Amino acid sequence: MLSRVADSLYWLGRYIERAENNARMLDVNLQLMLDATLVKNRYSQQHWESIIYSLEDTKLFEKLYPAINGETVVEFVSFEKMNPNSVYSCLCSARESARTVREQISSEMFEQLNRMFLDFRSGEAQGLFRSSSYQFFQWVMQGCHLFQGIADATMAHDEGWDFIQLGKFLERADRTSRILDIKYHILLPKGEQIGGNVDLVQWLAVLNSCSAGEPYRKHFQDQVAPWKVAEFLIKHQTFPRSIRFCVDSFDYSLHRITGVERGDFLYRVEAERLSGKLLANLSYVIIADIFQIGLHEYLDTIQLRLIEIGNAVYKEFCEWLET
Amino acid sequence: MGMLFDNYDPGSFFDEMFEPSGQIRTHYDRLFQRYSELTPEEFERKRAAADNSFLNQGVTFTVYNNDEGTERIFPFDLLPRIVPFAEWRQIEQGLVQRITALNLFLQDVYHEQRIIEDKVVPREIVESAVHFRPEFMGVNVPKGIYMHICGTDLIRDSDGRYLVLEDNGRCPSGVSYLLENRQAMKRVFPNLFSRHAVQPVDTYCQELLNVLRYIAPDDKSEPTVVLLTPGIYNSAYFEHSFLARTMGIEIVVGADLVAQNGNLMMKTTKGLRQVDVVYRRIDDDFLDPSVFRKDSLLGVSGIVDVYRRGNVSLANSIGTGVADDKATYYFVPQMIKYYLDQEPILPNVPTYLSHFDSDRAYILEHLSELVVKAANESGGYGMLMGPTSTAAEREKFRAAINENPRNYIAQPVVPLSRCPSYADGHFEGRHIDLRPYILFGEKITIIPGGLTRVALRKNSLVVNSSQGGGSKDTWVLNE
Repeated sequence: MLSRVADSLYWLGRYIERAENNARMLDVNLQLMLDATLVKNRYSQQHWESIIYSLEDTKLFEKLYPAINGETVVEFVSFEKMNPNSVYSCLCSARESARTVREQISSEMFEQLNRMFLDFRSGEAQGLFRSSSYQFFQWVMQGCHLFQGIADATMAHDEGWDFIQLGKFLERADRTSRILDIKYHILLPKGEQIGGNVDLVQWLAVLNSCSAGEPYRKHFQDQVAPWKVAEFLIKHQTFPRSIRFCVDSFDYSLHRITGVERGDFLYRVEAERLSGKLLANLSYVIIADIFQIGLHEYLDTIQLRLIEIGNAVYKEFCEWLET
Repeated sequence: MGMLFDNYDPGSFFDEMFEPSGQIRTHYDRLFQRYSELTPEEFERKRAAADNSFLNQGVTFTVYNNDEGTERIFPFDLLPRIVPFAEWRQIEQGLVQRITALNLFLQDVYHEQRIIEDKVVPREIVESAVHFRPEFMGVNVPKGIYMHICGTDLIRDSDGRYLVLEDNGRCPSGVSYLLENRQAMKRVFPNLFSRHAVQPVDTYCQELLNVLRYIAPDDKSEPTVVLLTPGIYNSAYFEHSFLARTMGIEIVVGADLVAQNGNLMMKTTKGLRQVDVVYRRIDDDFLDPSVFRKDSLLGVSGIVDVYRRGNVSLANSIGTGVADDKATYYFVPQMIKYYLDQEPILPNVPTYLSHFDSDRAYILEHLSELVVKAANESGGYGMLMGPTSTAAEREKFRAAINENPRNYIAQPVVPLSRCPSYADGHFEGRHIDLRPYILFGEKITIIPGGLTRVALRKNSLVVNSSQGGGSKDTWVLNE
């Protein structure tokens, strides 16, 4: 497969995943802010600040908007063309990537992506948002899911497919770590206790931002507790948005691409070594260790390692595109 | 008459569907019956469905100098152009004859130059052609074929005679629209096809791939064929990707390729892999910055060297532009006589070449009646439409012709044939042309019909997509 094509497919996977995650995170937080105890203005501002902070887009945001509140954050993360990570920008970039590799993906995949893009361009998506933000976010998420489903059902699961998976799972691991990290930045309103009602509502929102509310309850059949939420989202074996699951799936696709067998700590290329190392850490770390290190610090390290892995993939398969 | 055809006026032009008396031409009988049953509302619905499917599939071309929404669909008219079998037979023979002569001309011009020695084509005309590549004198091309893919534009005059307007022998585009138009028609009017015996067009990509494989160096049996595109911002990118997809070959940009040790290689995730045949959709000028334009970022440095060594084949070959130059066009009928000893089956439009003193005098005297064209422009640019021109425009062309006589030809205004086309709730006559696609490999293959382009603006004679043109499905009927 052409290196440039592999790179485009990788980014196609990343952008679709990013668009979907942005939509879910906004949806959950908008609903959370409807909760009566939380609408106090000053608190609400801190809440939205922490979201922008976790996306590492604070500088750009401040350049574009005079005030930080639900409206401007939603605008920035959903529609802002100047923000390369907004839902709209992600879909544009995904479509651009898809256009350069149309002969590699199925027509059905392109058409699904193209329809979403056209609805944004025509203003239809914006109209939907104005009439119901909930429906708008559902539409984005479903559109992205539909794309993944179409890809699964219509595209040959060969090397190109695996590159899409690399992008998808690396992005998803990164997003889950950031969503979990939001809770670190959110301050509890004055007078609220750690472990109190508001605290728990916030942890629930974190779960829901990862579509993990129901799976979590199935797993623990228990109250929402911070360390359990963290454990679930970091370490769960089969929940498809846990960081461990994502890194495991990434590692699987990577080995399919290189042809090196998995298991017995085998690796040939640096990216395999790095993903194997991270996977081992995620498998054997216990939650007490994580809280010992500090959840935020631990997640920070994970994010850095994911970046490292992404760079190693590029270096291995695409580096000579620069020459 | 049916509603959609109420008050239809064939005018003084040759109408594809109606006799001058208003009688339906027999090969349109069934189609007329079907379309007469439609109300404007039903027709409008079908039209919207067709447009939507083009848009969703991204069947678009790119319009420049337009900030937002740079992709447009190529307007599609739902009333097909029908070509009866016998008529097509004759066109086909004419095109085979023409591409054969053009290839013999290219072979000759880049080798012995007999046609120049024998004073059939003036040396100045050949050597001053912008796309003539003297660097390729004496280079032998694979299987002796220069022009593998040619799009020849045909028009019909007021008597319905087919005339050749121009040849596109470098990177002709549009074939993907022809193929998509057929798909769209089948979706929107499925029953029409069971009632008409329409010759299929969908073998084109297979035939094209056959040509590309045929010219592989050393008759390699499993050659690696790629399509080289300038990239997604090129106006014809949809077509490039469509063709690559349908042929199952890689689509590459210049940065994917590298010339190394006399071979052309592409950069893959598993290392460098040799490329044998390049269907390039990049003009000569941009192909290789080490040989042609130094500022080209689209091409591959060193690809020309690999080509010269015979280690990669290009379609079309380098230098074919000397044959589709508008001044060269003037001489194609003479070429057919010279190389094939035949009369041209498809005549040229009567043409004056301002290179010749007597022709130039005539042109300058009759500027307001003629169409003047610059020899090296295409897409409807660099053109003077005499009858609708202003005095200032005529003076500009007069000066330009005097300054550079070689660079201009002039033709009488041909009243292009018309075909009923949908406009505001009913059908009106609109001018059309026809671009068949000719493939030259082991044999010469012509996809039945071609791309019918239609000037959708009322009274306009310009069919180019950049200037308000659209297209129609083209049906060649079985015998």
